[in-house]
Amino acid sequence: MKRESAGDRIFQIINTVVMITICCIMLYPIIFVAGRSLMSDVERAARPLALFPEKISMLAYSFIFMRGSYVGSAYFVTISRTIAGSACSLAVTTLAAYVLSRKEYPLRNAFTVMIVFTMWFNGGMIPNFLLVQSLNLNNKFLVYILPQLVSAWNLLIMRNFFSSIPETLFESAKIDGANDLQIYARIVMPLSGAAIATIGLFYAVWQWNAWFDSLMYVSDRSLWTMQLFLREIIRNVQSIDLLDQSSSIGALPPAESVQMATIVVATLPILCLYPFLQKFFVKGVMVGSLKG
Amino acid sequence: MGLKKRTGFWTDAKEFIIRYRFLHLMILPCVLYFAVFKYAPMYGVVMAFKNYDAVGGFLGIMQAPWVGFDNFLRFFNSIYFKRLLGNTVLISIYRLLFSFSSPIVMAILINEIKNTHFKRIVQTITYMPHFLSWVIVSGLLIVLCSPSSGAVAGLFKAFGMEPIYFLSDTRYFRPMLVISEIWKSVGWGTIIYLAAITGIDQEIYEAATIDGASRLQKIFRITVPQLSSIISIMFILAVGRILDENFEQIFNMYNPAVYEVADVFETYVYRTGILSAQYSYSAAVGLFKSFVSLILVLSSNQLAHLLGNEGLW
Repeated sequence: MKRESAGDRIFQIINTVVMITICCIMLYPIIFVAGRSLMSDVERAARPLALFPEKISMLAYSFIFMRGSYVGSAYFVTISRTIAGSACSLAVTTLAAYVLSRKEYPLRNAFTVMIVFTMWFNGGMIPNFLLVQSLNLNNKFLVYILPQLVSAWNLLIMRNFFSSIPETLFESAKIDGANDLQIYARIVMPLSGAAIATIGLFYAVWQWNAWFDSLMYVSDRSLWTMQLFLREIIRNVQSIDLLDQSSSIGALPPAESVQMATIVVATLPILCLYPFLQKFFVKGVMVGSLKG
Repeated sequence: MGLKKRTGFWTDAKEFIIRYRFLHLMILPCVLYFAVFKYAPMYGVVMAFKNYDAVGGFLGIMQAPWVGFDNFLRFFNSIYFKRLLGNTVLISIYRLLFSFSSPIVMAILINEIKNTHFKRIVQTITYMPHFLSWVIVSGLLIVLCSPSSGAVAGLFKAFGMEPIYFLSDTRYFRPMLVISEIWKSVGWGTIIYLAAITGIDQEIYEAATIDGASRLQKIFRITVPQLSSIISIMFILAVGRILDENFEQIFNMYNPAVYEVADVFETYVYRTGILSAQYSYSAAVGLFKSFVSLILVLSSNQLAHLLGNEGLW
């Protein structure tokens, strides 16, 4: 029964080779940039295809962190917005998801339609831009939190999680005299740890990777995010002048190594955390796709 | 009590508010958010039919004089209309042909891996690029393709050829868009299809094995047909998102040398609207983009019906 035909075995071998090749292609650009960011200029020029440095040079890193005051502050801004933004988003999303999962709430369908509608239709870039200007959010940290506070998609995933909690739990709590806020805080939240982690991570990754709001609304460089800063460094090779040069004397490291080092610095936290969090993300996609 | 019966509208409303006060309170922040940051901009779209010059902030849109379809006509008569529409349609078709189909193939191949450890490693590695932003992906690409020091240039020089800067060459820019898109999202896109494959009744495969079907026959005769309904739904969803997703990628990868082949509606809206402050005109371009997007979704839904699959509606 279990014996495989020759054709099946050949297919298996080819498939394995193809998969290994694809994995190498996925990893190659990252290893290339990370490895070469640690090389000295001389070595980079002498060995154009090498992935790993013969002698490690931390010049680019010490440059972006020691003298480049903006890189440090951009890192801080990104970490702050990731933490504050995900926390706020998560609070508003779970509260609303709880309400939308309560079948007795009369406005449930009206609000659901109102939210789903925005998944397909939006005002577009210009009205959004003018609105944020008028609300005076420019150059304020709040602009990283408010305009993207709730994702309709995440909200619906959350609602589906909450809807799957047995109704009897709610009923018995109601009989014991608990109000909805208490049920939310004492019953629903403790039961939904995995869901909250999943949605919180979706928000956190979005926040970590966000740059467009920074570009549109923030002209004050000390409030720029890491991603925007990286974008500027990548796009203008001359933008080394973005780094604070007041204290630097002598030769600057070439733009290219600074580019590479900044890419690594912006990517590393995600790459380190991702393998441990992968299962949460996958779960979120599955739940979202089943009903969404 | 009293002369009036207490069953009027206001008493009902009051009762309704008090009875559900906690639920109202809990959903209030979310509803406020959607009203201010999602629905107010939708009203702002009327500026496309007005001549708005930023006087009076967002509310100034109300006072601005109506100009009918002038902004649209100006756009249709400019050289940009043909260029943007052409680029948008072409890039979208490329994406649907290659970036949409690759996760399906990938999912089938991953599913054929029998060693669970190896399978998990492949999944972990291929999902990973999804979590990198387009800023980082374009950064990696720019470094790799750099004519002076990139790996690609190094390879070309090793074979004694003149290096090509793929990102500044109008011939290669669109293929680069497709390749980088596949690199970033092929793995992540497999999740849904892998779940759907797991849901296929194993008895069908067992019956086929007894009938002597080979691996490849089982893939083409069982797996692919069983996936067709999920493929058609994912297709319509992909079409609905495609014009929005284009933006981040192109915006981070393009440069003036390739505007001719890379410029799409949103990138143009950004340059004319945000950089040159032609608000009404660029809002009109943005609205036209939404219109194109709507047509694409409607026609892909129709296409799904024509091909005998269920659509979204």
